[in-house]
Amino acid sequence: MKVLYFAWVRQRIGFGHETVSPPDGVATVAGLVDWLRTRGPGYAEAFKDTRAIRCAVNQEYVEPDHPIADGDEVAFFPPVTGG
Amino acid sequence: MTVRVQEADFDLGAELAALTAGNRRIGGLGVFVGLVRDVAGDAAVAGMTLEHYPGMTERQLEAIEAEARSRWPLEASLIVHRVGRLEPGDNIVLVACASAHRQAALDATAFLIDWLKTKAPFWKLEETPDGANWVDARESDDAAAARWNR
Repeated sequence: MKVLYFAWVRQRIGFGHETVSPPDGVATVAGLVDWLRTRGPGYAEAFKDTRAIRCAVNQEYVEPDHPIADGDEVAFFPPVTGG
Repeated sequence: MTVRVQEADFDLGAELAALTAGNRRIGGLGVFVGLVRDVAGDAAVAGMTLEHYPGMTERQLEAIEAEARSRWPLEASLIVHRVGRLEPGDNIVLVACASAHRQAALDATAFLIDWLKTKAPFWKLEETPDGANWVDARESDDAAAARWNR
């Protein structure tokens, strides 16, 4: 599964993308976040307040209960500020 | 029906001329251009860097544009958004909508920029005297986009 990070989420984690293989039982975006938090202090800092983070699966906005599967592209980022 | 994300500046006159070229059904053209300001709140801004999510950005902009075309009778539309480092006075974004009459052109243009600001995955990193700050999303932008909900 490819995971992408943008803006301050990327800065806190330290890089912009990685390929991960979460354990069985990680079936939703919320579950993925809980698992990522265990991977290091940068992750814990980035995902400290998930209300401040948006998620997209395969480049479409989703809610935390959205299912994830092997091969998905999952992205985490702050609320957008373009325009 | 064009969406572009680019580092380079755009030439407003050339973009609008290209948008309307050859279409004599167009009677009105709505245009919005966003510029980099030199202040954010009380802080001076020396420049900013725009980051985006390649792939999703284009997909979201195309979806927003398709929504506008389903709501208004548009003859042509254009979104150009810059990324990379920009300085005060620089162009950030161009939105233009052409229609037979002004109301559709103006409303569709306002709709596109309001929706773009809340849905398109861009982020601004501002350079201030206190260091670089990621710009926070504004509730007023959500409210501006929400007025188009139906």
